Order: sequence, then C-alpha cells, then structure tokens
Amino acid sequence: MLRAMDERTAVRRLHDRLGFGPRPGDLDIGFDATLDRLLGPAAPDGPAPPQLTPLDKSATQQRADDEKKLVLWWLDRMVATTTPVVERLTWFWHGHFATSEQKVRSPFLMLAQNQTFRQLALGPFAPLAKAMITDPAMLVWLDGNANRKGTPNENLAREFMELFTLGIGHYGENDVREAARALTGWTVKRDGGTQAQFAANRHDSGEKQILGQKGKFDAASFADLVLARPESPKFVASRLWARLVSSTPPGDDVLGRLVAAQDVRSSLRAIATEPAFRDPATTLVKQPVEWLAGLMRALGVRPSTLDEQAQAKLLGGLRGMGQVPFQPPSVGGWAAGGAWLTTASGVSRLQLAQLVTSHAQLAGSDPGAVLGVDRWSDRSRAAWQSVASNPAQAVAIAACAPEYVVST
Amino acid sequence: MNRMTRRRFLAFSGVTAAGALAFGATRVNWDDLMSAAAHDPLDPKAGVLVVVTLYGGNDGLNTVVPASDHAYQDARPDLAYKPEEVLDLGDGLGLNPGMKGLKGLWDGQGLAIVRGVGYPTPDHSHFRSMAIWQTASPKSSVPTGWLGRWLDATGANPLHALSVEPVLPPMLAGAQTAAASFPLGGLALPKGQLGEAFAMLGKPVTGEEPWQARAAKSIADLHEAVKVFGAHSSKTDKTSKTGALAGQLDLVASLIEAGVPTRAYSVSLGGFDTHADERGTQQRLLTELDGALTKFVERMKKTDRGKQAVVLVYSEFGRRVKANASDGTDHGTAGPVFVLGDKVKHGFFGAQPSLSDLDNGDLKQTTDFRDVYATVLADVLGTDPGRVLPDHSGRVDGLFTA
Repeated sequence: MLRAMDERTAVRRLHDRLGFGPRPGDLDIGFDATLDRLLGPAAPDGPAPPQLTPLDKSATQQRADDEKKLVLWWLDRMVATTTPVVERLTWFWHGHFATSEQKVRSPFLMLAQNQTFRQLALGPFAPLAKAMITDPAMLVWLDGNANRKGTPNENLAREFMELFTLGIGHYGENDVREAARALTGWTVKRDGGTQAQFAANRHDSGEKQILGQKGKFDAASFADLVLARPESPKFVASRLWARLVSSTPPGDDVLGRLVAAQDVRSSLRAIATEPAFRDPATTLVKQPVEWLAGLMRALGVRPSTLDEQAQAKLLGGLRGMGQVPFQPPSVGGWAAGGAWLTTASGVSRLQLAQLVTSHAQLAGSDPGAVLGVDRWSDRSRAAWQSVASNPAQAVAIAACAPEYVVST
Repeated sequence: MNRMTRRRFLAFSGVTAAGALAFGATRVNWDDLMSAAAHDPLDPKAGVLVVVTLYGGNDGLNTVVPASDHAYQDARPDLAYKPEEVLDLGDGLGLNPGMKGLKGLWDGQGLAIVRGVGYPTPDHSHFRSMAIWQTASPKSSVPTGWLGRWLDATGANPLHALSVEPVLPPMLAGAQTAAASFPLGGLALPKGQLGEAFAMLGKPVTGEEPWQARAAKSIADLHEAVKVFGAHSSKTDKTSKTGALAGQLDLVASLIEAGVPTRAYSVSLGGFDTHADERGTQQRLLTELDGALTKFVERMKKTDRGKQAVVLVYSEFGRRVKANASDGTDHGTAGPVFVLGDKVKHGFFGAQPSLSDLDNGDLKQTTDFRDVYATVLADVLGTDPGRVLPDHSGRVDGLFTA
C-alpha cells in the first residue's frame, strides 16, 4: 500500500525528475497540466551553443578554453531552457553513452555528440543508439580508430551491448569478438567535421555470428540486431527508471508497461503515471549538476551572466563535488546515490550555494518558497532561520539541507 | 616509550631536507587543488600511489596469522588467534578476524600480500626503523625521503605528492622539494554564524528518510574530520580517532576522482605500539584499517581514474614472536605489506618467515622493503627505480598486471 503524496509534492517531483527543478510559480500548476506542459511538442529551446572548430592536438590552451565554454554553455542552457525535459534527457543520454572529453580531447566533437543527444533525446531509442555507434566522439572514446580488419578492438562492441543496449549477461564473449569485426572500418579524422568516415578497406566484410545469427554484419545491421532483442527496451527502460524514479528496479508488470512505449517521450509519460512515481519512498540523491542547475533555475541566476572569476568558481565547485559535465568518470557513467554524499563534497556544495545565492535577488524571500520545499525538519528550519537576517546565507544553507539535496 | 606519535617521530627522524619539516611544506587548500585539477589534470592513465603508514609497529604475526603453526601458538599462548578464529587465506595463513573486508577482497582476487618484508640488520627503535622505511636507506642516514627523491627526479613539483596529514612525513621530503601538505583542516569551513548554521544541518533527525539521513551524516562527518585533523589540532595526533583514516582516504578518493595532478598520497593510522593488552587494541585498529581500505578500494573500482590507484600499507616493523608478560609484544622485525588496487596481481608474494629459524627471537626478513618500493616506482609511478633507490636492484616480480 503506497502512502499518498500531495499534489504539490508530486508536481515538484515532476520538475525534479523530468527537468532541473521548479521555477517560482511552477508548483501552483496541477500534476496533469504540468506533465502535459513538460512533455508537450514544443521545439527545444535555450541559448545557442558556442561556435567551436576542430583544433590541432597541440592547441592545448585553446582546447582548455573551449572545454570551459562548452560546460558553461550547457549549464546555462539547463538553467535557461523553457523545455527542461529535452535538457534533462540530453543529460541522461550523456550519462548513458558516457563519453569523456578527457580522452576524446575535442570539445568540437563533444559538442556534436551533445547535439545528437539533444536532437534525438525524446524519440525512439534505436536512431539514437545507431547514431552513437558511429559517433566520432564515441569512436575516439572507445578506440574505434584502432578497430580494423585483422586487428579488431573490442571496446566499443562490448560496451555497446553491456552498457548501452542489453546489459550484462545477454551476450557472450564470442558475440563481443564477432561484433567487433562488424564495427571495423569506422574512423575519425580530427579535422574531418562532425561525421565519422567509413573506410571500406579497413572493414571486415566477412560473415560473422552474433547472438546466434549469421550474416555479413556491419555497424548498422549489428545495431539493428541488438536493438531488436527483447532485452534491449527493458534495459533502457530500467536505466531511465534508475535515474528518474528509484534505485529499486521496476517490477515486471511496471517494466511491461514501460516497454510498450514507442519512444522516450511516451516512456516518460508512462513513468510519471506509475503509482511508484508518487511513492514518497522513491527518493533520489540529486547529482551535483542537477542540484546546481536546479538551484540556479530556482533563483534565476544564469551562468552566462556571471563574471569570469565566478564562472571559474562554478566549475571548480562542480569539480570539487565530483561532477564536471563532459567528463564522466568512466564509460559506466555517473555514480548515483550515496556516492554524491562524500565528506569532502560538502565544502564545495556550500561554496557553490553561496556563490549562487550571492548573485540572486532575494530580499525578504522565504527559502522554502524560493526552493520549492514545503516541508522542513526542525533541524533544517532552525539552521537556515539562524542566518535569516542574511537572505543569501539563509537560502545557501537551505540549499545544502538534506531536504533539498535529496529529491523527495 | 609507551606512545609512538607522529610528531615525536618527525622530530627524531633525522630527515631535515628542504627546510620543509622545519618551516612547513607548501600548504594547499581545496580550491588550490581543484584549480590544479582544472588547469593541469592528471593523465587519466597515470598510476597513483597511496601510501598508508601504520605508526607504532604493527604486529604482523597477528595480522596475517600462521594460526595452525604450533610454534606460533607456543610462543604467545594468550595472544595467539586460534585457527578457527582467523579468516582463512590458504597456505596455512589467515587474516586477523577484524579484517573481514580485506578477506572479501582476497576472495575476489583483489589483494596482494608481500610476506616477511624488512631490511638487513633490523633496528628496534621506532624512530630509526621508521626513518629507514621512509628514507629507504637502511645502512646510513640520508636527509631525504624516498618519495621526496622521486619528486626531485620527476620535475620537483610539490603538488605531485600530497600529505593528507597536519605534518609532512619525511618520506615526502626531497632535497630540492617537498610534497604539498593538505590537512583535512584545509577543508575550510566557514566560520561564524554561517559555519554554525551549516554544522546544524549535520544533526540527525529521528525517522528521517534514509538518503536525507545520509546527507546529514556526511555534513556531520565533515565537521568531525575537520575537527580531528584541523590545522591546530596537533594534540590529537597522539591518539587514533575512530574514522580518522577513513576520512583521509575519503578525501584522497575525491582528489583522485577530480583529476588533481598528484601521483603520490600519504595517509596514516597510529597506535600500533602494543606492548600490553595487545589483542583488543590491535584488532580494533585493524578493523578500522580494514573498513577504511575496503571502502576506498570499492570506491576506486568505480572510475577510470580510481582504477589507476594502488594502495601500499606498511609499518616500521613487526613485533617479537614471543609475547611479553603484559599480554603484549615488544619491538620486532619483518612484517607483511599489503598492496591493493585494480592493477594489483592477487596473491602471496615473498616467503612466510620461519617461526623456528629466528634471529635472536625475531623473524628473519624474506623480502627487502626496497624491492616493494622499486616495484611501485616502476609499475605505478612509471619512474626508473634507480633514480630513487641507487644501489638497489631487487624487485617483487609479478606484483602488478601488465
């Protein structure tokens, strides 16, 4: 028997889980209307990306500048967008197809990948997965350039099945070896635009046997084969569930309803209308980027309007909390849950909160109203009330309180 | 001497290089480190070494225990663990019952134990023996620590080695440079009303939702860590505060994950000088060590940067084979060294010292500690060991996966 959740809390949850948290006034609209608005057909909206060009490997300073621009732009877009679901799912896919600039070393290609996530964020999964299997940043990240006929590299083939589409246990080692052969031939030139090139002479066009099927598989037909497996939609729905609802996996009945959806937009509607979505027990620890973007949205502070020093502090704070966009820690993606509640990260969290609130217009505002939190423990209320004479400090403390750090 | 403290050891170690110990090392704070990570991130493929020093002389025979050996039982009847009490490792050895996490790592093929590690002509002084381990110079006193010389040899950037302790250990002092020091006190918490308000958030609330409770606990832990390791808390380094090592390693983990350009970290746990009533004290300390190491290793497994981390755990000596009359043991010689991390090849290395062929009541070393250092210098830090350990050619073969 699920405990009831009041409408306002459920609406906040919609904003927390499908977007980057509520803005002032958002919680006065009902659940169904909010869901319709969030999942409506509006075209993706937000500040335009920086103009980046491919860089020479030796242009390290330029690359560092571009990396900074890229992260700040995305954060700014998370804060400013009126279509937060698109940004939230772009963020989700970034974690799902986790690719790191630390190895790719091309902000230009990282941006191109990010735009692909955004463009395909709410559609069916297959086109996105197929785009990723020949995405230039992905190919650099998982050693596609080294995967050639006669000397296959299994990195992309393995992760595509294990982490992106099927999950562990739904393929064998031989499938990985054979799939790697199917993926041979795709290469990336650093000055070659946003598309990978197919070099026929590097491709192994021979017959392969993958997941029990024989054929002259290439990247596209290998992807089709994998995506047609019944495990694939279940795997993807489970990943969405884990990030948007709860670390407790969905039951078979729930999963059955979720995989019936034809595209991600319908999956999100299905997720939001599951009873578990309104269960007070399905809490999630906000990832640092989600927490920060949510705080900036709530307070109307745009990263792009901060001076250079404050922008540097913003990025330093995220690094201190362990999460810099475009730099996931491994191909497995971002951590979840308690991993974000480390001892050291508390220092950075408070610094970030202070940075943001010091740039906000807060005269006389109640921290609960500003952050959209209706219920505080006596502890947390006492904490922010003890600095109530300084509204920026009071909101900073409230933003570090467990009630805001966790999406309840 | 009933208490071996870091501070006393530092004063007596004989390492005086770089003025670092007299005047303090480069003090860095959290912002300095995060800014270094942004401007000069560590190559994600670069190995990272985390050295854990157990001050006081950990009793190796009650850590990696030859419980079924009669000579062990006979030598310390009241102190010995029974075969059924220890956590079986095979080869007639078992881990101290406090080390359940390491037993799990061992069973998961993730722990290397180098046995009988010591140096020729053992010295039973804490200060001298610790100085030997930290300078890697058993025969003569030298003014530099082994990782200090590594710093000198690799560009003399103090940020490349970091001590997460209030005082810099001699192993991190070189002739030209000394490692940076980042005490947990460097986690600068705001003072005044804001600081107090932040601290209030750490208070537990009965019945709080589990993640929220954990968020509150992390704030409480942070304040506790800063209190224990605060810049002005030199009085606290005599005693080992529960959770202190876990706090240090938690910080190291965050720094590694953030891509800070540091390649060698030093953390420590004290209190191992168990001349009396050893069993309870040592088991409590080993339990703390075990919990902190296990948590760190599990966390490090989850990231590409973390997978580059290798932990080395040592103490200045083991203890006498025979118990003394106070249910404790006196200063001894060789002991086991633990090596942990994703790149470590699992298993026993070096021979278990004989309990019948003793040197005046002490174990005879079977592995020279410089073999271990040379191996981590080459395989973790990617440095020719000859530049740090001249005149020493030994290695521990196969300690790391290729």
